[in-house]
Amino acid sequence: MKSLTLESADLSIGYHLRNGKQKIVHEDLNVRLNAGEVTCLLGLNGAGKSTLLRTLGGFQPPLKGEIKMLGKSFKKYTPSDFSLTVGVVLTEKTNAGGITVYELVSLGRHPYTGFFGQLKQKDQDIIMLSMEMAGISHKANQFVGELSDGERQKAMIAKALAQECPVILLDEPTAFLDVTSRIETMLLLRKLAKEQQKTILLSTHDMESAIQMGDQLWLLGKQKKLASGTPEDLILNGDFETFFGKEGIVFDAATGKLSAELPVRPIGIEGDFHTAYWVGNAMIKNGYLPSAIRSGQINIECIHQGDIRVKMENREPVLLRSVEEVINMVTGAGSQL
Amino acid sequence: MNKHVLIYLFLSLLLCMLFLGNLIYGSVSIPVKSVLEILTGGIPEKISWQNIVLQSRLPQAVTALLAGASLAVSGLLLQTLFRNPLAGPSILGISDGANLGVAAVMLYFGGSLFQLGELPVHGYPAIILAAFVGACLILGIILYFSSKVKSNVMLLIIGIMIGYLASSVISLLNFYASADKVHAYVMWGLGNFSGVSLEVLPFYSACSLTGLFLSILLIKPLNALLLGEMYAANLGIRVKRTRALILLCTGLLTATTTAFCGPVSFIGLAVPHIARLLLGSSNHKLLLPVTLLTGGCVALLCNLLMVLPGKNILLPLNAVTPLLGAPVVIYVIINRKNIQYFN
Repeated sequence: MKSLTLESADLSIGYHLRNGKQKIVHEDLNVRLNAGEVTCLLGLNGAGKSTLLRTLGGFQPPLKGEIKMLGKSFKKYTPSDFSLTVGVVLTEKTNAGGITVYELVSLGRHPYTGFFGQLKQKDQDIIMLSMEMAGISHKANQFVGELSDGERQKAMIAKALAQECPVILLDEPTAFLDVTSRIETMLLLRKLAKEQQKTILLSTHDMESAIQMGDQLWLLGKQKKLASGTPEDLILNGDFETFFGKEGIVFDAATGKLSAELPVRPIGIEGDFHTAYWVGNAMIKNGYLPSAIRSGQINIECIHQGDIRVKMENREPVLLRSVEEVINMVTGAGSQL
Repeated sequence: MNKHVLIYLFLSLLLCMLFLGNLIYGSVSIPVKSVLEILTGGIPEKISWQNIVLQSRLPQAVTALLAGASLAVSGLLLQTLFRNPLAGPSILGISDGANLGVAAVMLYFGGSLFQLGELPVHGYPAIILAAFVGACLILGIILYFSSKVKSNVMLLIIGIMIGYLASSVISLLNFYASADKVHAYVMWGLGNFSGVSLEVLPFYSACSLTGLFLSILLIKPLNALLLGEMYAANLGIRVKRTRALILLCTGLLTATTTAFCGPVSFIGLAVPHIARLLLGSSNHKLLLPVTLLTGGCVALLCNLLMVLPGKNILLPLNAVTPLLGAPVVIYVIINRKNIQYFN
């Protein structure tokens, strides 16, 4: 049974303007977060992702509506209660280059330590454990300024872990990371949700890993109602298409990717799956739609990477050694037609 | 940890040596033996030597020590608060604010500020109060702009502009003031550590030590602020209150020093960098004490350098501090890619 951690009712988010008016970024938000799940917040720039995260992170009050966390209204949380419940990883630029990873993670113990921030044995144990869980223990004594972007993100996550909060909010934790660090970070967050029963909400632009790794997705668009559910449901019911599709760009429900509008000229491709997949990829880029082998069109038979046979109508098959040669031949034939 | 202990030992030793050096060396040459004699309560050959050491050099050395520490610490607090390595009391115009307060009292009100009941508030308390009000006024303005202007460089430029505005008011005050007042004000503006007499020393020390003590209480929130205000808030720090406390502390330290020693440049800006380079860390638990000690050392050193050998004159303090401060700041800016606390 899923346990509900956070729930909003008719929430309006946005800003108070100087002239006493309000700038509403989004309204009627009814969202929920569950313990042990990774929820990904997807949306285009300007859709209000950051505003929503800032509101849920307690940095700005809601304009209207109610947020309940662990059965208690947001309004009833004191700053110190809040710091024990929600840990954040932000995109804010830090000046932490001159402290060590250990010192950075120990900042997560701030809500627990006394006036001068003296660390007790228990605090030290939790810091070590947090660094270990985040996979950054080996850098404990290095300065934050010496870390790569991915390592820095892990250190910040370790800080949030040391804070021992049931809820962790992350603002674009995978932005600026290279592919492997991105996957590592997402895997780490999944592990924390599953093993530690943390409630994790992260905003991201990375649709593919959100679909792949998220238990729940929130789709946030301008002037649209927020859609939430499992990635799979949102793909199947067409929500993805409505949120991200626009002129010239379609959401391909088969691959879970955004791409240029699908081409219509069919081309037959079959053979070794791996080779055929990438030949297909090349053909899509060049305006052909991969389909089954049929007569009356160009057909490609893929034996392996170095053996691709292209059969034009009324001609003998031609053996080609690379995808590039295939592209040249197919597009050359296309322009002659 | 060992390295840190060594640095503390080294700085404490250096501080003691410079302090002693300040007592021994001055524009009047007094034999070392006699100085030590005076300090241990003996009677020297000339009674004037006793006066020079106890009435002039001793308070001057204590003043230099406290002023250096105060300026360095307020520079560190500003650099952390504004998350800007080039912040400092003189750059952000805070010294100018204190300056304006002092100018108003010295040039316009003629030394006494207002009647407090039956008692006229005048002399040093009036100057300190005016300096404090001026410093806090500028701090408030800078703080207001810091929420409007995201770019650190822009904020620095605003600080410099506000400094110019304050200077322009000071010029006006100068223009309408009598010649002797202007002269007194100009002399004060050159900066020196000798303005605190033995009688005023306890009052001055109490003000600086209060500010320094307050800064030590701020170590924990200062560390959280390294991550930025949002992270600090998430760690349970009450950011607005902390910011107000930091500004109050900076205001007190800068105002006290400026009121007594004149607007001293560069110590507040450069010393935190020397301390960070020495320590290699920006953890305030280590950095704040090191900054404090280094500030004391640098000011005592400057006070020594003010004495021209063989001549009976003193250089102005503000002619000496840039010689030490400016190269440090330039070094730091040029090497910022290799200095981790910038990243």
